[in-house]
Amino acid sequence: MLEDIGNLFHGFAVVAQPFNLALMVLGIVLGVIVGVLPGLGGANGIAILLPLTFSMSPTSAIIMLSCIYWGALFGGAITSILFNIPGEPWSVATTFDGYPMAQKGKAGEALTAAFTSSFVGALFAVIVITLVAPLVASFALRFGPPEVFSVYFLAFCSFVGLSKEPPFKTIASMMLGFALGAVGLDQVTGQLRLTFGFPQMLNGFDFLIAVIGLFGIGEILLTMEEGLSFRGKLAKLNLTVVLQTWRELPRYWLLSLRSCLIGCWMGISPAGATPASFMSYGIAKRISKRGHLFGTGEIEGVVAPETAAHAAGTSALLPMISLGVPGSPTAAVLLGGLLIWGLQPGPLLFTEQKDFVWGLIASMYMGNIVGLIIVLTCVPLFAAILKIPFSVIAPIIMVFCAIGAYSVHNSTFDVVMMVVFGIAGYFMKKTNYPLAPMVLAIVLGDKAEEAFRQSLLASQGGLSVFWSNGLVSVIMLLGLIALFWTVIQNTWMKLRGTKGLRPAE
Amino acid sequence: MNETVNETGGAGPSHRSVEIGVAVAMAILALIGIYGSTKVGIGWGAEGPRAGFFPFYVSLIVLISCVINLATIIMASSSGKIFAEWGQLRQVFSVIVPVAIYVALVPYIGMYVSSALLIAVFMRWFGRYNWLTVAAIAIIVPVVTFITFEIWFLVPLPKGPLEVWLGY
Repeated sequence: MLEDIGNLFHGFAVVAQPFNLALMVLGIVLGVIVGVLPGLGGANGIAILLPLTFSMSPTSAIIMLSCIYWGALFGGAITSILFNIPGEPWSVATTFDGYPMAQKGKAGEALTAAFTSSFVGALFAVIVITLVAPLVASFALRFGPPEVFSVYFLAFCSFVGLSKEPPFKTIASMMLGFALGAVGLDQVTGQLRLTFGFPQMLNGFDFLIAVIGLFGIGEILLTMEEGLSFRGKLAKLNLTVVLQTWRELPRYWLLSLRSCLIGCWMGISPAGATPASFMSYGIAKRISKRGHLFGTGEIEGVVAPETAAHAAGTSALLPMISLGVPGSPTAAVLLGGLLIWGLQPGPLLFTEQKDFVWGLIASMYMGNIVGLIIVLTCVPLFAAILKIPFSVIAPIIMVFCAIGAYSVHNSTFDVVMMVVFGIAGYFMKKTNYPLAPMVLAIVLGDKAEEAFRQSLLASQGGLSVFWSNGLVSVIMLLGLIALFWTVIQNTWMKLRGTKGLRPAE
Repeated sequence: MNETVNETGGAGPSHRSVEIGVAVAMAILALIGIYGSTKVGIGWGAEGPRAGFFPFYVSLIVLISCVINLATIIMASSSGKIFAEWGQLRQVFSVIVPVAIYVALVPYIGMYVSSALLIAVFMRWFGRYNWLTVAAIAIIVPVVTFITFEIWFLVPLPKGPLEVWLGY
């Protein structure tokens, strides 16, 4: 424990180097821009900028990329409140009360509340990471292949049980991700598979291409279909408003704490920031005394989803750094970055790459503080970006997507694949197939398969190896509970004879 | 494809037919996966499970899920919801077509020139800007990109005749 604190301070020293600080500010500014622009989000924003970090040291690279992530989390709130357009899916719930507040002329209060509660949520999650991640990692060092596979199993089952999309659509899109991930060289036998003789398929489908296509191009197509027009509210954010709102906010400490806990729970299990923000909003609405006024511009309706979204977005990195299992598509892209920089994600990071891990954790603290200051002072600037018409922004975003896709492997075939993924993403999104499990399956496919096959090899093909000891049985059981969560919940409700509370759509 | 009219009066393909299309497309991918896996062997080899073992079962699950999804769609009574109005779909295709051409051009004329063309086409076609603004943005963006990628971060992008002519 004491050693961890020492490491953390060492991490702060690494982050405080001028070069790293500059990258941090750059990352946050880029991140807010990415979060504000439609068609660019945390995941594909980082995927596009990843090639720029190939020549940096891993620590500097992760500082810049994770700061893009924090910036994107902050940026989503700006568009939700001022323009009623969620820049990111997790800020949809923020529009419910944020935009009405802006309409009443309280945009400043809403923004301050959103940024501050984002900061609180993130800070809470970072503290959880600092305390829990080293323990999880040291525990996970004892994992053999069956345990590793059971962790993947749990992660993917959580998607099925916790997502609001129909379970078989989640399974179809997830398994398709695994199949796409399997294309190319087989890691275990070194044999080629599913390439059908096309040399371009040798390297398989890179998930970065999938991310840029599915989330970037797909999102632009959706925006084109909706025919977006921006009619924003004015943002007046001065020190008086900020201080006034800050004086008011401590009143909602219980709400904040609850939202933090929901966020962390949903972030660590890979349900992600979006359901966390909805769940937190729904519960706040049910519990709050002013719940019936929600939707008309209540500050609590901004605090709840923003806190939870940031807590979830941040805690999604916990399983990523301690187990090598990312909790969200953005965490998956960061994990992909780790592999490119030559680091092996997983529990060994804490012992072998101390500088890197603690630099990352320290940058989470610093990045969120710097981020809060930047967004509070620069809101009008960022809001001005949305004034640029979509007919100018759209082709520029597509050019950047193409550049990002190309520079992953210097291959023009990847750019073609990006467009294919984009069109697929558009149709999948319109027909409610979740994209996050697919992306995570492409990333983790090789590792999950390797763990699975090694386990089977040890047991000579018997599936009983996944129930061979207490630890692996517990994780597998949790996975099965997560998988059948909806069924279990419905049965339980029926047994108790009550009608299930329908979550607010 | 069924024509359906929604409440606002716009016509378009029904949501149901697109759902069926997506499920069938996924099922086809799954069948390709199953076929490809059987070719490399799905059984037990000298080093344990063979290369096709994992993709085979994964594709099989995709296929089963698609069948269930298809059954759900077909069993449910038609909701009358449309997928998107034809006008909206035309918008979507008017993005896909220039992007497809853009991607096809990149290997021949380079990333920078084709990007300039894409931006120009988009701004002129959708935004109806005057040629001066179009030219300004379409030239500034690739130049800034060039400086950032080729010079600062040393990431080479595809180049065409123009860059060769300029000596890069």
